[in-house]
Amino acid sequence: MAEFVESFLSQLAQTVLVVLLAPLMLGWVNQCRAWLQNRSGPGLLQPYRVLHKLFHKDALLAHNASVIFRAAPYIQFGCMVLAASIVPVLGTNLAFSPAADVIALVGVFALARVFSSLAAMDVGTAFGSLGARREMLVASLSEPALLMVFFTPLLIVQSSSLSSIVDALAHRDFAIYPSLAFAAVAFIMVLLAENARIPVDNPATHLELTMIHEALILEYSARHLALIEWATAVKLTVYCAIGIALFAPWGMVEGTNWLMFPAAAGALVIKLALAGTGLAVLETVSAKMRIFRAPEFLGMAFLFAVLGMLIRQLLGA
Amino acid sequence: MLPAAVPPLELIVGVVSYWMVIGLAGLLRPLSLYFVSRVLFPLGILGGMVLILAALQGVASQPADLVLPLGLPDLPFHIRLDPLAAVFVGLLGIAAVGISFFSAGYFRRVQGSPPGLLCLQYHLFLAAMTVVLLADDAYLFMVAWETMAITSYFLVTSNHKVPEIRSAGFLYLLIAHVGAIAILLCFGVLQGGQGNYTFAAMRQIELSAFWGSAAFALALFGFGAKAGLLPLHVWLPEAHPAAPSPISALMSGVMLKTAIYGILRVTFDLLQVQLWWWGVLALVLGLLTALFGVMFAAVQTDMKRLLAYSSIENIGVIVAGIGLTIIFHVYQQPHLAALSLVATLYHCLNHACFKSLLFMVTGSVLHSTHQRSLGKLGGLIRNMPWVAMTALIGSLAIAGLPPLNGFVSEWLLLQAFLFSPGIANPYLNMLVPVAAAALVLAAALSAYVMVKFYGVIFLGQYREPSLAEARDEGPWARAGLVWLSAWCVLLGILPATVIRLLDNVTQPLVDFAIGSNLERTGWLLIAPISPERSSYGPLLFLLGITGTVLLTYFLVRRFYHGRERRVAAWDCGFPAQNARMQDTAEGFGQPIKQIFEPFFRIRRQMPGPFDARPTYSATTEDRLWYWLYLPVARLNERLAAWIGILQHGRIYLYLLYSFVTLLGLLMFML
Repeated sequence: MAEFVESFLSQLAQTVLVVLLAPLMLGWVNQCRAWLQNRSGPGLLQPYRVLHKLFHKDALLAHNASVIFRAAPYIQFGCMVLAASIVPVLGTNLAFSPAADVIALVGVFALARVFSSLAAMDVGTAFGSLGARREMLVASLSEPALLMVFFTPLLIVQSSSLSSIVDALAHRDFAIYPSLAFAAVAFIMVLLAENARIPVDNPATHLELTMIHEALILEYSARHLALIEWATAVKLTVYCAIGIALFAPWGMVEGTNWLMFPAAAGALVIKLALAGTGLAVLETVSAKMRIFRAPEFLGMAFLFAVLGMLIRQLLGA
Repeated sequence: MLPAAVPPLELIVGVVSYWMVIGLAGLLRPLSLYFVSRVLFPLGILGGMVLILAALQGVASQPADLVLPLGLPDLPFHIRLDPLAAVFVGLLGIAAVGISFFSAGYFRRVQGSPPGLLCLQYHLFLAAMTVVLLADDAYLFMVAWETMAITSYFLVTSNHKVPEIRSAGFLYLLIAHVGAIAILLCFGVLQGGQGNYTFAAMRQIELSAFWGSAAFALALFGFGAKAGLLPLHVWLPEAHPAAPSPISALMSGVMLKTAIYGILRVTFDLLQVQLWWWGVLALVLGLLTALFGVMFAAVQTDMKRLLAYSSIENIGVIVAGIGLTIIFHVYQQPHLAALSLVATLYHCLNHACFKSLLFMVTGSVLHSTHQRSLGKLGGLIRNMPWVAMTALIGSLAIAGLPPLNGFVSEWLLLQAFLFSPGIANPYLNMLVPVAAAALVLAAALSAYVMVKFYGVIFLGQYREPSLAEARDEGPWARAGLVWLSAWCVLLGILPATVIRLLDNVTQPLVDFAIGSNLERTGWLLIAPISPERSSYGPLLFLLGITGTVLLTYFLVRRFYHGRERRVAAWDCGFPAQNARMQDTAEGFGQPIKQIFEPFFRIRRQMPGPFDARPTYSATTEDRLWYWLYLPVARLNERLAAWIGILQHGRIYLYLLYSFVTLLGLLMFML
């Protein structure tokens, strides 16, 4: 029983930490981008201010908005919180981790996405259905690539539970796996596509021809929009955390050693900050591509992931 | 209700005769719609309920045999209930209850066949499918198989005054019979020259590799024709839109599964030795079918055709699962073989639930709007909340999203793919993960298809003004919809219980049961290989999401407020927006059409720049129709023309033929 309480507490601590830190992560990426573009930037805490402002406003709903439109933001937020509790960020002793492995994690993201696409179609505007169609297109191509990325560490560790993968990868003799390098490249490409970042999508645009994610949430306002924005931030953080867990898992707490948690949190913040900087650099040096180039981009990610897996499978490296 | 003293096999035989009696009772007052839909269909529901109970009992007990004193002299009917058959009987029962409920509310107008006749065909169809599952000799199997084909043909063509429906029915009957010939030949091979056509005798015979392969290929072809496996899939998208919706539901949900049952029965029960390349054949064919089906589903504009192609996709996934099972079984990996067999059977159950549900939903939509084309629907969630909510469950389930049932089978199958290394064949070791990628692509695209299906029908603005008058279903149809969506949820959140039942099937077929691992994880989690390797707990999952959603809802209201105002849609500030500006079904499928263009045969008619009255049309067709079917049909016609030379319609010529034949025979004898 005590064991369960411990893992439950550790679970709670890390989920709350990720959910609360997520806007900060977004603020950091935006700040880095601003610096790289020679702007002063809005400051790290801007996303929190935006959320606070949005929660205060009255929600505007279109006349024909149905229950799906109103439920979707909550479901998206719920899915992302769930995802945040599956991915180990501080320690691997998580009460919730047996409930879902990496495949189920992909399922959680898919669930959130399907609801956001359905909600976009609900009001029946031209942009909503356009966004839904593009979002589902990008997703249906990035999802196989993402699973292929997961296959490589899974073949190395022979487990599809993220906690076990981290345990096994972090606490063994240091070894370089070329297969993991391929998987990492593919993962970064998928991360860009799934989180609506440049070059697949541009989070800062409302230009009709190019937007994907923004077109989905065009009709949302106030608390609904706030929840969606927050969920987006959590998603980005969770994706970075997945990358960290798979490719740089060192520094996480094994078991429930409470004294080690501050150190693990420090390591996490440094790693996330590095990931955010890298993301800002990537976004600054690349240009948004046409929507029908996205399949090529994701096809390449898929091939990299398959290559990594075959290297693992055939050469054992 | 269930007398415990009656063994399940006798109970099922009782249900079969009960359904036949109900069917015949329809002939008492063939023209009375009230009698058929308010008395006979509801009575049929009881049969389905009993089937479920009998299946639950039968799946956990020893196989039981029975010889029925029917059939030809010296050739009685043998029936047998083993766990494999029981699983499919249970599937039939679940679907039959839902569809009979729905049918009780569905047939409200006399269209084509009189209702009494429809009732007879419907219940005979149910009874025939049950007998197919019970049959323990080739003779009874073929009799039931043909009864099933013919009753379903009549049901498909029940609205026979429409020429398209007649030709769709003809195509269906044709392919069904091409398949039936292959199945007949397959049994001919399986009896191995002994002349004993009982399955018990076939199990004793060990065929050589050549004849075994021949039997497997014939079974895959014959049952594949019924299931809609590539390249014999063309009847599905024609027959489903033609048939009344409950019949589509029954055919897609259950009849396709009897074909899967046939493949499993022949491969794992009647054939004693399997070869590895059978598995590769089934795996590759299944994945091709799945990808083909889902791509075509994405570009359809008729809601029932879309679902028909989606059925093709799901059958592909199931057959791929069978292929994987064969591979693992041959390479002595009983654990993984059992896992992929469980995934296959689970997917059969799931597909029976959600596809029947969605076909019924299309029936409701068709009834209240008289529209089958997706381009003329939209916004129905406001008029038909019951149908829309059950359709949402069905769509999410078929898209393979947790925590519903479609995800469980997908998850199990992927586990089998992922933990495959260890097959003593390096080529297969490479093939299997790539096959997993194809499977994931099909699953991801099916989410695309389902967003299209649900979004275009139920969400957005009414694409036609008349849709504002659409009304929700009555209590009978609602009961059917709710029943099947409840099963989608139940199968989704209680997988451990279901897997434990399915273990009874895998034990005799591939000599392993994965349930032993479940002892360690309880009923909350499933861990098919070991808890350290992978586990999934859908109930926790569901609780996690609902808990967070409720908590967020209350926190937002506690710290901020819940104020809202209704305004006109914003749409980036465009002032004049109307329903025509939403994506049409073509528009939604367009990216898929563009990306996977080589797969389709697209004919576009573009207007010139100076056209005064520009028209634009684009049709997407199946290449196989032109590559395979039309050449075969032309060859057939040419052969017929050759033989037709003999035929002149003059009696003296025919007498001459007889005379010449007689002379020839005499010469041969002498």
